[in-house]
Order: sequence, then C-alpha cells, then structure tokens
Amino acid sequence: MTLRENKPEEEMPVAEMVKNAVGRLVPTEVNGKAQTPFLGVGKFEPTGRKVAPPIRACHQYALDKRAPSMRAALEKIGLRDGMTIGMHHHMRNGDQVAVALFDTIAEMGIKDILFAPSAVFPCHEPLIKYLENGVIHHIEGSMNGPVGKFASEGNMRGMGILRSHGGRYQAIQDGDLHIDVGIIPAPSADILGNATGAYGPSACGSLGFALADSQYADHVIVVTDNIVEVPCLPWEIQGMNVDVVVEMEKIGDPAKIVSGTTRLTKSPTRLLIAKCVADFIEAAGYLGKPFQAGAGGISLAALAYIADRMREKGLRAPFARGGSTKVLVDMLNEGLIGAILDGQTFDLDAVKSIGEHPRHVPTTPFTSYNYHGKGNWAPYVATSVLGATEVDVKFQANVVTHSDGYLLHGIGGWQNTLFGECSILAFPLFRGRIPIVMEKVTTVTAPSEMISVVITERGIAVNPQRADILERVKGKGLPLVTIEELYETGHKMCGKPQPPDIDRHHPIAVVKWVDGTLIDTVYKVNS
Amino acid sequence: MPDQASAGREAKADLRIVMHTGGPPENEIQITSSAGRLFGERIREVVQFTLQALGVKNTRVEVFDRAAFDWVIMARVETAAKRLCPDLSTEALPEAIADPKPTVRDRMRRSRLYLPGNNPDLMTNAGLFAPDGIILDLEDSVSPAEKDSARILVRNALRAVDFGGAERMVRINPLPEGLNDLPALVPHHVNMVLVPKAESGANVAEIVNAINQIATRHNIQDPIWIMPILETAKGVWRAYEIASASDQVAAITFGAEDFTRDVQAERTVEGRESFVARSMVVLGARAAGVQPIDTVFSDVENEEGLRSSTKEAISLGFEGKGCIHPRQIAVLHDAFQPEEADIIHALKVKAAMDEAQRMGASVISLGTKMIDPPVVARALRVLRVAEEMGIDINGLKPAG
Repeated sequence: MTLRENKPEEEMPVAEMVKNAVGRLVPTEVNGKAQTPFLGVGKFEPTGRKVAPPIRACHQYALDKRAPSMRAALEKIGLRDGMTIGMHHHMRNGDQVAVALFDTIAEMGIKDILFAPSAVFPCHEPLIKYLENGVIHHIEGSMNGPVGKFASEGNMRGMGILRSHGGRYQAIQDGDLHIDVGIIPAPSADILGNATGAYGPSACGSLGFALADSQYADHVIVVTDNIVEVPCLPWEIQGMNVDVVVEMEKIGDPAKIVSGTTRLTKSPTRLLIAKCVADFIEAAGYLGKPFQAGAGGISLAALAYIADRMREKGLRAPFARGGSTKVLVDMLNEGLIGAILDGQTFDLDAVKSIGEHPRHVPTTPFTSYNYHGKGNWAPYVATSVLGATEVDVKFQANVVTHSDGYLLHGIGGWQNTLFGECSILAFPLFRGRIPIVMEKVTTVTAPSEMISVVITERGIAVNPQRADILERVKGKGLPLVTIEELYETGHKMCGKPQPPDIDRHHPIAVVKWVDGTLIDTVYKVNS
Repeated sequence: MPDQASAGREAKADLRIVMHTGGPPENEIQITSSAGRLFGERIREVVQFTLQALGVKNTRVEVFDRAAFDWVIMARVETAAKRLCPDLSTEALPEAIADPKPTVRDRMRRSRLYLPGNNPDLMTNAGLFAPDGIILDLEDSVSPAEKDSARILVRNALRAVDFGGAERMVRINPLPEGLNDLPALVPHHVNMVLVPKAESGANVAEIVNAINQIATRHNIQDPIWIMPILETAKGVWRAYEIASASDQVAAITFGAEDFTRDVQAERTVEGRESFVARSMVVLGARAAGVQPIDTVFSDVENEEGLRSSTKEAISLGFEGKGCIHPRQIAVLHDAFQPEEADIIHALKVKAAMDEAQRMGASVISLGTKMIDPPVVARALRVLRVAEEMGIDINGLKPAG
C-alpha cells in the first residue's frame, strides 16, 4: 500500500504502511519525517534531549516590543515560505486572529505555511481558500467542520497530523513539531509581551495551550486588543519569551469565546445518561476523589448530580481538573472541591473565578498531560467522563472521525484524560439512527485497555479488562450489560450501517497516541 | 385522483415523502438523507419493501430523511400512498417486537406520559423514563389534516417500539371519529384506550363493542382496558354511570382544561373551579370500583407546583396524574410514594392485627388505642403500594 500526497502534478512520495500494536496500518513516514508505529501503552521509551529555541541577547530587544501592524511584526521576525506557525485555541469559535494573520501572509506573497494550531474551529472556514491557493501547505492539528470536510475529501496537500493536547506539547518538546513562529492571541498584554487571558474585552481564562509556543518557538508574537500598564499580572505568558507585540482592534468575538452562562442540557435522554454516570461513580466509591470535569452536555449534567450527592454525603474532593464552568466554580466556592486546575475556561463565571480565586489556577498541557514530563496530573484523577463518536466491542474508541469516515473532532485532551483510574465514555446508544457501539471503530483513537466503562441510556458496560471496577460496582443495582448486548440493542434498533465509502489507498491524515507514535490512519472519503 | 401526495415532516427522526404518479412499474426512489452515507441502501430497501407490501406500482418517490427509523419510514410511505390512492386498503406492518405484555385491571397508574401521536422522535426513548403508562395521542396534539398520518404512525409504534414496562395507551378521538381510530390499535398490542369527552355509559358501551368486535375478528385474547376522560359538565355529572358502564373500564380521569371551558369558569392556580368536579370523579370511580386518575399538570418548569398539585390529588383520593414531560415522572412517583413514617405506622398496625388474630381477640389495639377496621384497611393499602413501588419494607421495620 502506498501513501500519496494529493498533488497530481507532483511525483507521489511513497511510504510503506506497517501494522501497529492495535493491528492498524500506519505509514512509516509522514510529510517526509520517519514515524514510529504505536507499540502499546507505555511501551515507547524516548531518548535524546529536548529541543530548545535559538540563543538570543537581551540587548537586541527594545523596551517597547510593539510593531505597528501584523505585517510589520511578520517582516520583523522574517517570515518565509514553508515556515511553521503555531497558535493556541483559547479564543475558540470566536477567534479573529488566525484569519487576519493569513490574510496578511497572503498579501505578503508568502506560501506553503504549515499551520499547527492546538485546534481549528468552524470560524476558520475562510482558511480553506488559503489551503486551496497554496498560502497554507497543510494543517497539523484537529480538523473539524468545513476544514475537516476539505481534508477528508482529499483536497489538502500533505498529511494531517492529529495530536492530543498533551501530544502537541510532547511533539514540540521532542522536535517532532518545530514551531518557527508562535502566534499568541492574548486578551491582555503589556508592551514587553507579558500576557494573561484572565481579563480584557476578549477574556478567555487560561492561556495554557500557548505555553509550549511561548517557550519553544523560534519567534513569539503576542497579539492583543488590550494593552495594559507594565507589568501585566498575572503573567501566564512571560514577556521575556516574547519577540514582538502586535495590537489588533479586536482579537475575538467575546460571545463565541466563552458562553455567558453555561446551561445544563434539557434533553431527557442526556439527563438520564448523566444520572447513570452519577449512580456509577457513587456505586464505585469514587465520590470525593479527584475528578476531570468537562463542559460537554452529559459530563456537565453528571457533575451537577455529583455535586448534589457529595453535599448529601458530606464529601469533599481535593481537586478537580477542568474544563471549568459555573458548576465547577460553585463547587469550589461551596467547599465541595479544594482546587480547580484549569486547562480551559468555558464560561464567564469561570473566567471571573480564575482571575480572583487563589485556588482556581490555570494549568498547561505540560503539567496536565505531557508525555515527556516527570509525571503529569492525568493519573491523579479518579474519574473522567468523556464522549466518543464510536466504541467497538473490544472497547477501542474513536473520537476523531464519524462512522462515514469524515474528520469530525479534534482529540483535545481526550486521550490524555484516559490515564485516570476510571475513564467513562458516556453517550446515547445512537445518534440520528447511527449506532455508536460498532463491531470495529472507523479510526482507533484509544486502545481497548484505556476505556474502563461505557455508559448509555440502555445500560452500563464495564470493560472486562477492568475486573477491579466490575468488583466495585456489581450487586449495587446498576443496569450492567455487556458491550455485545449494547452492540446488539443498537443495531437492532438502527439496522446495520452500510460500509462507508472511503478510499483505503489514499490516507489523508494520521492519528498519534500520546507518546507520538501512530495509532491509526484516516483515509479519503469519496464525496 | 391527485398526481402527487406527501406525508411526514423533514424533522429529527422523521422524514418527508413526496409520491408522484407516473413512475416505472417497479417504482423509482430518490433519497436525500442526513444518514444517507451509512443508511442510504437500507432506506431504499425499506421504501421498496413497503411499496411492495402495499401493492403500489408506477410511482416516483422522493425521500427527504432526517435519520428516521424503519417503522417511521414505513408509516410515512404508507400515508403518502393512501393519500395518493384513497382506495388503497392494504397495510405494510413492521415486525412486532417480542410479545408486548398484557396489563392487569388494577395495576399502578401513578403517571401517564402524553406523546403527540404524529411525532416519532419522542417515542423511541419514552419507555426509558419508566412512566406507568405511555399515551400515544391521536386527539388534541394532532391537527385534523394529519389524523390519517398519526393513526398509521401510532399503529407502527405500537408494534415496533419497546416501551419497557409502561402500559401502552392511546387516546383516540372523540366519538364518532374515534371509532375510525380503533382498527389501527386493537390488533396491535394496545393495553388501554383513553376515550375523550365521554358523556354517558352509552358512549363507553359503543367504544367497548367496537373494540371487542375488532378483537374477535383478529383473535386478540389480551384485555383492552378503557379509561374514559370526563371533561365536560355532562361527563362529570355522570361519573358513576360512565365508570360502571363496562367491566373493561379500569379507570376514569378528569380533563381540567376542557371542563373549565365547558362550565364557563376561569382556571385558577388553586383549581377552586374544578374542586367539586374532581371530587365527583373520585366518588364515581370509587362507587364503581375503578381507579380515579387526576388531570394533567402542564407547567413543565414548575416542579414545586407539580409536587403540591399531586399531593393535593392524593388527598382527594386520586391514584394517578397525567404528565407531558419525562422530567415530571420522578416527581410524580416520589409524591405517590408513602412517607416513611406512614409505612412504619402501617407496619405497627399490621403487627397489632396479626397479634390480635393470633390471640383470637376481636378488638385490635395499638398501645392503649383501639384501631378501627378502616385504619387497618388503610395500613394494608399503604404496605401494598410501598411493596409495588419496590420499597424495602423490611428495612424499615421499627425495633421492638
């Protein structure tokens, strides 16, 4: 089997495909770089030294680092064809920097940029024209929405590389992903480049995803719409890592950066699943232990139930990792949790709290998830409640593609949070008549031993590899079923889907495990 | 004869069918579906199968699907076909789920969840919320132009949807229109038929006769219960007559909205205008030996209101209440659950009764108090209800 760049006029580079430890074919080379196939969880032992940015001298920097425009900033750091630009996604679907940035790069006549953001959102649809006209060569990072469709249909030059949040940090540290220019949208910054996301008209809370770019990129540009007096405190991004500061009128649309108020889902089915999750966590004896919190519908509703039960039983958890929302902040203020370690801040209450509460602190993929760290927070967490697009009867799970083969989601912190004691996938058994429990997942994003339990409105299936968890919950009145029973129920109701129309000779992206090895390949969808 | 007909809606879990005359003998099918990449072939097979079962030929069928299940696709195709050819009398029935269970006359009917009869989306998961009954409604929630469509959809739902332990109920249209609903229900595992605007024993007898004729024709053995809805002055006035009109009447219920309009009263939060009527429904039911069931509580957001309204209904003698949203079910069940103190008291009364029987005493006493027979009967009822609701009575046993 061969791997081809989708560029008919060029000679196709050919790479071999090999079978990895979960039996999936992955290329030995991606975008000209040699790759390691997935070897098994915890099997890959890295060697060598971490990368470092170039050595500089402080006298090369002015006291006021501001450039008069984005163009001036890019000219100053010497942006050239083929460079790699990194960017964080804390502005989420309200981001206005990425499109403005590439408008400028296009004006400058620069081509073949590798864009490596920590995530892409539907607001980035205008970037498709730059993928088409060659300003952007390809994107390494989550691809969903219109950009995901573009890549899935084989229109992108180069292979997409999907990494988890922890995986992006790991790849930057070990040199797999070299960032030439780190662009850091910052809701508040001073003229030295010290920056925070805690306040400002485009406040977004934590800026954790920008840490790697600020420390390892060759050049760092802070982009802000709110210059504050020196020093900008707290300096989550340290000015002494920053080359240039650029002012823009507006870096984001506040309404789309965070939600005003986080509303709990009203879907009766989702609430039912959330209650099942709370029942399970209580029965398994995990109430009062550290947990990963999310902002997804089921996960958040489950948290509200969990808060009630902790209150009833007088329990307190030492900390929660977030995904912070009003629900989590209320738990902190009430004393149900001792601290919030915040990776992403989802609503205005949480943004306010991170700015004011001493035990609500921003965290980064370095502390949370990094494979090359001397430990990380993920395994200290007892439970995480996550979604998935598919899970199969072996408990392998998929979070990146839809069952029809299209790229649908980024990995986010999903792979990383699976390292807690008990990882819970909670979802309705079918979405729009498409069953979620499959014979085989379309794309393996996690190997079977990483998924502890699957919770649906039609029963709870514990992974037989987790006899310890089964022991904790059996005989406690939970609706326990086998994963095969969930598969049967789903397929009986929905029918068996026809095989997706994808071209298995045409890989368009690879999915990395948290250690940088390749766990699966994503193929072109025939449109 | 029209040359085109349509059925269904392009809504979640539903589909719209547009059927034209003048297609090839084997029919021509065009599919647009949100699940088309994974279920396009299946949808084509189901449409083709349905047309064959109906014996329909020479049509061109356009499908605009939003991930509907097979039983919904079949219902919409059949409706469109019957609108296109009004003389068509064949049916295309989806496979029935494994033996839906018959229900007993005096089963618990604390909660009954109304679902609009022409909306398939809400039906699939309704059983998961474990109401005592699920009502597929053919009356007020279905517009006159969609009665034919809803009838076929409800029929298919009765066959193909697993409603769990819930009693399978259908609210038909008022007489005489309601008689036309029955052929779609009786042969297809309905447990209970709700008869709106019942105003006399004769009304009930007419429905019961029609049901039993169809049941005999289709060799249906399982009982089909009747719950007349008293929602006019006349109906309430004749509560006892209606409740005792047939052995198949298992319960009667009250409809506050229509009643208030009929007596030209104003609906108040406290419900003063319907207090007497509700009491008459309880009286009529008790006199006839059937269950009195209260009206629907329709303010979904007001959980406290639902709780106090249910407590009030219980104090009047009602055994159940209607709801329109799954989240009301737990509140209802919770309200109908006997208080722990009541159960403990009932256990003491029962212990005293057993003791008296053992001693051959003619008077039952608890401590220094003599206990009357109605108190004993009430205690036994509390214990029976607690047991039916799955409460661990032994765990509550008072020490000594």
